Formats: sequence, C-alpha cells, structure tokens
Amino acid sequence: MLRLPRFGIVTPTRVEDAVAALATPGARVVAGGTDLLPNLKHRLDAPPVLVSLARLPLGHVTRDGASIVIGAGVTLAALAEHPLIAAEMPSLARAAGLVASPILRNLGTLGGNLCLDTRCRYVNQTEGWREALGRCLKSGGDRCHVVPGGQTCVAALSSDCAPVLVSLDAEVVLHGPAGRRVVPLEALYRADGVAHLTRAPDELLVEVRVPVAPGPRLAAYVKWTVRKSIDFPLISVALRFDLDAEGVDGRIVGASIVAGALASTPRRVRKTEALHGLRLADPATADAVARLAGAQLKPLDNVPYDAVYRRRMIPVHVRRAVAALAAGAS
Amino acid sequence: MDDVVLLRFTLNDAPVEVAAPAHWTLLEVLRYRLDQIGTKQGCDKGDCGACTVQLDGRAVPSCLVLAATVQGRDVRTVEGLRGPALHPLFDALDGAVAAQCGFCTPGIVMAADALLRKVGRPVTAAEVAEGLAGNLCRCTGYQKIVEAVVAASERSEARRG
Repeated sequence: MLRLPRFGIVTPTRVEDAVAALATPGARVVAGGTDLLPNLKHRLDAPPVLVSLARLPLGHVTRDGASIVIGAGVTLAALAEHPLIAAEMPSLARAAGLVASPILRNLGTLGGNLCLDTRCRYVNQTEGWREALGRCLKSGGDRCHVVPGGQTCVAALSSDCAPVLVSLDAEVVLHGPAGRRVVPLEALYRADGVAHLTRAPDELLVEVRVPVAPGPRLAAYVKWTVRKSIDFPLISVALRFDLDAEGVDGRIVGASIVAGALASTPRRVRKTEALHGLRLADPATADAVARLAGAQLKPLDNVPYDAVYRRRMIPVHVRRAVAALAAGAS
Repeated sequence: MDDVVLLRFTLNDAPVEVAAPAHWTLLEVLRYRLDQIGTKQGCDKGDCGACTVQLDGRAVPSCLVLAATVQGRDVRTVEGLRGPALHPLFDALDGAVAAQCGFCTPGIVMAADALLRKVGRPVTAAEVAEGLAGNLCRCTGYQKIVEAVVAASERSEARRG
C-alpha cells in the first residue's frame, strides 16, 4: 500500500488565486495528478500544500487565427479525440492518445504532460529502494548512478506530447504574479534533470499555442514501449515534414525531428536540411531520415532497457514511421 | 489551505457528505470512510486499474484522484451498477467465466461500462482491448474478459433493438 504524505490542499476557481497560492514555499501544482501523486507516494517530494487545478477553466480548444489554442487543463483523452486536433495536427492527437492508458488519459492533462517530472530508473522507486543504493543527484545525494562521476542529473523527460509540440513550434503561456508571458515550448526545458523546467515556482502553465501548418505537411509520432500501454516511452520521436505539394509525392522543404525520453529536454535532430528535396514516396527517404536520427540520438541507461539496444532500435522505429507515413497510415 | 476537507458529492446516485484528510485519495475515502470495498486497492500508482471508478461518467483510477477534487461531482463505483435487473456486463462476465481470482473484476467492469456507454453500439474485440488497456488481470484471463465485454455490448444492443 502506497500512501500520500500529509499536505494541505487548495482548489481555486480562478487562475489568479492559483498563482497566489503558489507563493507558499514548496507548494506544488497538481492537475490530473497521474505523475505527481505516484511520485509523492514514492516520497520524491514532500510539499506542504498542493494547488489543484481541477476547478480552473482551462479546458478550451479553439482556433485563433493561424494557431490552435489549447487550455492546459484539456485532458489527454479529450485532446486525442478532438476533431480540430485530429484534422490540423494528427501527430499531436496520436501522441496524446498513446500516453499511458485510457483511464490515465481521462485524468492526465496536456499541461501536466508538458510539466511531467523527469524520470530515471534509479529515482522512480520506493524510498527503501533508493536508500539501499545510495541517494543520487535527483534524490538529494551527490552522485549519478547512470553516468559515473556525472555532476548533472540526466533523468529523462518522458512526455509524449513535448517532442511533438516542439516539432510543431508550439509556444506556452505562463501566468505568474506579474501577468502572462509567452515562451517557445523548447525554452520551457533545460538540461538538468533535477530542475528541468524554466517555469518559476509561482508560475502556472495555462495555455499551449500551436501554429497551424501554413502549407502541405505530414507528421508522425513514434513511441516504443515494453508493453503496448501504460509504460513510459523507451523511444520517443516526433517527425514533421513540410512539403512543396500535398501527398507523399511532395518534396520536403522543411523537416523537424525531435526526440524525447533521452534527457531532461526534448532533443532536436540537427542538419535536417539534408532531407530537403527528398520525397516521402521514395523508399530511400525513410532510410535517410532513420540514418540522420540514429546518428544523433544517443540513449543513456536512465530509463528501463539497455541503452545500446534502445540506440539500435531508434533508426528501426524511425524508418518504420516514415514508411508508414509514405504508405498513408500514420 | 485545508488540512481536512468536507466533501459533498454524488455516489451511486445518492448524495454523500464525508470529511477526509486533504492528502487522501478518492480510493481511500471510498474504502475507509464509506465502506465501498468493491473498489479494490492494487498498485496504488495508476498502473493496474483495480481501483477504477467512474468520475462524471469517465473511467479513472481512484488511487490517483485527490478526494478534495471530487467536490460536487458524480462518482460511480461497482456497487452503483446494481439495478432491478442484472447488469449485462455482470451476466456476460459470469457466463464467460471471465473472473478467476476476481480482484481486477470491479475495475474492469467500471472501465468496460464506461467504454460501452461511450461507444453506444456493439464493440469489437480490438476496441475492448484498447479500452481496457489500463486494467491488468494478473491471472491473465484477458481473452475471456474481452469476449464477455463484446457479448455484453451485443446483448445490450439486442435489448434496445
């Protein structure tokens, strides 16, 4: 039996009240609770108070000019099934629909998925397990069990939506005591598994803005897990190809490849210009994309499964995903 | 900030009022305050689905729902599927001998009932497999469970038909 530590709770109905409540030192935000509550049950933190977003009006999905605006409180189930998302950004719908399991997607929210705590095989364990091995950087100790001698925590961001939304150039709206600021989603993350969010402790992620594709585009999300549901990704890659014409015969004029589950930030594959001019209908394109991703994406032993195996499987899954896009079955 | 919350919500169509510590989950309130022990406590971290209940009609793991957040909402547990006639899912699961140790069954029933209401027509085995993907059966009796849910949906359709 895993029980929560003691804490107080506030359940505000206005964003301003939630932000004010976050002024309490150590206060934590809880949206769906599917990430925070298991972590608290494992004693990874002991906040004095939780600020629940359950009653905030953050459940909107609307079109605003050339962007789709998604409230941070939209559940992953609602996101996966929303007709506007399915039509305009299928890779996001796909990623949201692959998070955990149906019952968890009914609770988990988009904002929560983007603010997911980083995970590591040496951290996300019961307290006794962690103590037995010795505390690591992320659990208050001074060593890293993944990278011997490492001084920076390499716990991984396991969000399925984050790599996809980075690949789609999304922005997030943060609401703090001084008002709202808009930052690229990519800038929400930093390379430190202990403190991987640039969100201030008294800021709330309230909204996600995603630009609609200005021209023809094909996009996909690759997720590989041990079991077909529930598990966090072992491989997580978002693919986006902007084309000069509709369909798989269009030539690539812009490409974005972003991987999750490697480090505390989504990782962009560089030099995607090398793919420009290729056609998805050409079988060699899948190989080119797989080679490019495989050469740059290097898993560590921070999440379950052997890192070497995960590394070798990245090009395999990327190649399959591009081939599926080309076959019209994303 | 509240250390103790006074909750008023609807449980199986009846209003309830109950006080609970702020750090309690809905699962704990159901089992240890309201004696609704049909809802099972399994992994306690959302992996197994044994504690699945319906919150405003949607299947959720009650071990990850903070009790304070169900204020004013509608909660249904396996006890709430009792009616004048046997629920088609109970009948079908019984008929297919789809419960072995039975520990996962209440959660499966609540997830399956939410799925059948959402789909609103006879479901396919693939839809059931996906809909129940968050509910583990460690006796691994999945085949019979899936068959039973499909059969229940067909029976419900015939009854409506």
